[in-house]
Amino acid sequence: MNGAKLRQQIAFSVLGAITLLIVVPIILVILYIIINGAGSITWQFLTQAPRNGMKAGGIFPAIVGTILLVVGTMLFALPLGVLSAIYLVEYARDDLFTRMIKLSVVNLSGIPSIVYGLFGFTAFVLLLHFGTSLLAGSLTLGIMSLPVIITASKEALESVPLTYREISLSLGATKWQTIRYCVLPYAIPGILTGTVLSLSRAAGETAPILFTVAAFYLPRLPHSAFDQVMALPYHLYVIATQVPNIPLSISFATALVLIALVFLMNLVSIILRAHYRKKRLW
Amino acid sequence: MEPQAKIETKDLNLFYGTFHALTDVNIRIPARAVTAIIGPSGCGKSTLLRCFNRMNDLVEHTQVTGRIAIDDQNILEPQTDLIALRRKVGMVFQRPNVFSLSIYNNLKFGLRIHGMLSRRNEIRQSVRTGLEQVGLWDDLKDKLSANAHTLTLEQQQRLCIARVLILRPDIILLDEPCSALDPIATLRVEELLRVLCKDYTLVIVTHNMQQAARVSDFTGFMYLGRLVEFADTQKIFTNPAEQLTEDYIRGSFG
Repeated sequence: MNGAKLRQQIAFSVLGAITLLIVVPIILVILYIIINGAGSITWQFLTQAPRNGMKAGGIFPAIVGTILLVVGTMLFALPLGVLSAIYLVEYARDDLFTRMIKLSVVNLSGIPSIVYGLFGFTAFVLLLHFGTSLLAGSLTLGIMSLPVIITASKEALESVPLTYREISLSLGATKWQTIRYCVLPYAIPGILTGTVLSLSRAAGETAPILFTVAAFYLPRLPHSAFDQVMALPYHLYVIATQVPNIPLSISFATALVLIALVFLMNLVSIILRAHYRKKRLW
Repeated sequence: MEPQAKIETKDLNLFYGTFHALTDVNIRIPARAVTAIIGPSGCGKSTLLRCFNRMNDLVEHTQVTGRIAIDDQNILEPQTDLIALRRKVGMVFQRPNVFSLSIYNNLKFGLRIHGMLSRRNEIRQSVRTGLEQVGLWDDLKDKLSANAHTLTLEQQQRLCIARVLILRPDIILLDEPCSALDPIATLRVEELLRVLCKDYTLVIVTHNMQQAARVSDFTGFMYLGRLVEFADTQKIFTNPAEQLTEDYIRGSFG
């Protein structure tokens, strides 16, 4: 073997080993959680409220709370994010104002989640009198999710070839018709990916919901958007730090449910993406 | 006798920012004929073509002065209805740009955006007429729901022409429509253009001089943003008035 080939072999092996190194911790974490938590996952655990100082019973209200929060976040952040991305890509001129918007979107994604929590508490809970509620929590998580949704949607829209817009306009379509029929359908897979990514982050966040929605212990389902809910990440934090003498397996089982929920969301996005991508050939 | 002009420009100047892309272009494009615009790359022939349906509006910092009359109507007026204009003045691009949709939906697209969707069998009739006009109906009538990207490039380009025809335009602008096609497909598309020019006014931009000679009735030669010469194709290619035209046609530059 000559020198160049050997070096090529070495580079290849090093790169492969490093990639493997990245996968190892993820697999270990998941395996560890499954091994320690799977035993405690029973039908009761998934469908019952916690009992006996949260040492027994299930986590049903927390599961429902997290799902409701994700849905609420999506209802708020998806339209706002996609519409502003459309504005930025299709309509905005490249002027100072646009650049300021783009800069704030970038900066928004760099803000620590606890700051979002405090902002949500001041703005939604206190100022707008929503109280500690599903609404306040969803809005807070929504604002936190916006930058990722906007950035992903922007990239998806920008990746639609310019010629599509050109043909559509040359056939006499208005700008809105062009966006509606020639741009959006092809941008949907990318938009979906970004949305699900940011929503699965939102599902796992604790800090933003800490002061805005999360209930320490509330063994019933919410009655309205102005009700508090339990949520999986906060529940996990509570039982891991605030409840003494709780079986460790309950914490692991809760973590496992949270991870499974996030995986499920990603799976749905993959299926949707594959479905839309069939139409996209260019 | 001077034939009636379908498109007529008067002192047309166009700037992209500070770049002077078209200088004092005065051209009279006759109705129901094929007019070819030739010239070396970057001479402004595509830019001129894109003036006729105001596609240059899409480029930021474009400034146009002068007059472009289509049927004696100045289309540079600010109140020009661009939607009606672009329906009347269709455009076929260099690449066969079909949408990644079925053949049927590619054709339906224009009908939809212009609110021409009527009853289902009328749409089918329009689609059929459009495909017949470009000689695709017999080949494609059984696979209208196939994705248009599965067609050959020649078929795709014919479909693009049908997509324009279905909106019943007066004028069809073709921006190097054959440059992605092989020589035989090119000849067949040129034959189609000869048929279409009985009913439509065609303006074709090409850097292929043989193509201009084969397909057009009139030819304009452009150089550095100016229209150097405009005359019968036969005259341009056998006895041009300008030395520059002669040099270009002989292949001395370009």
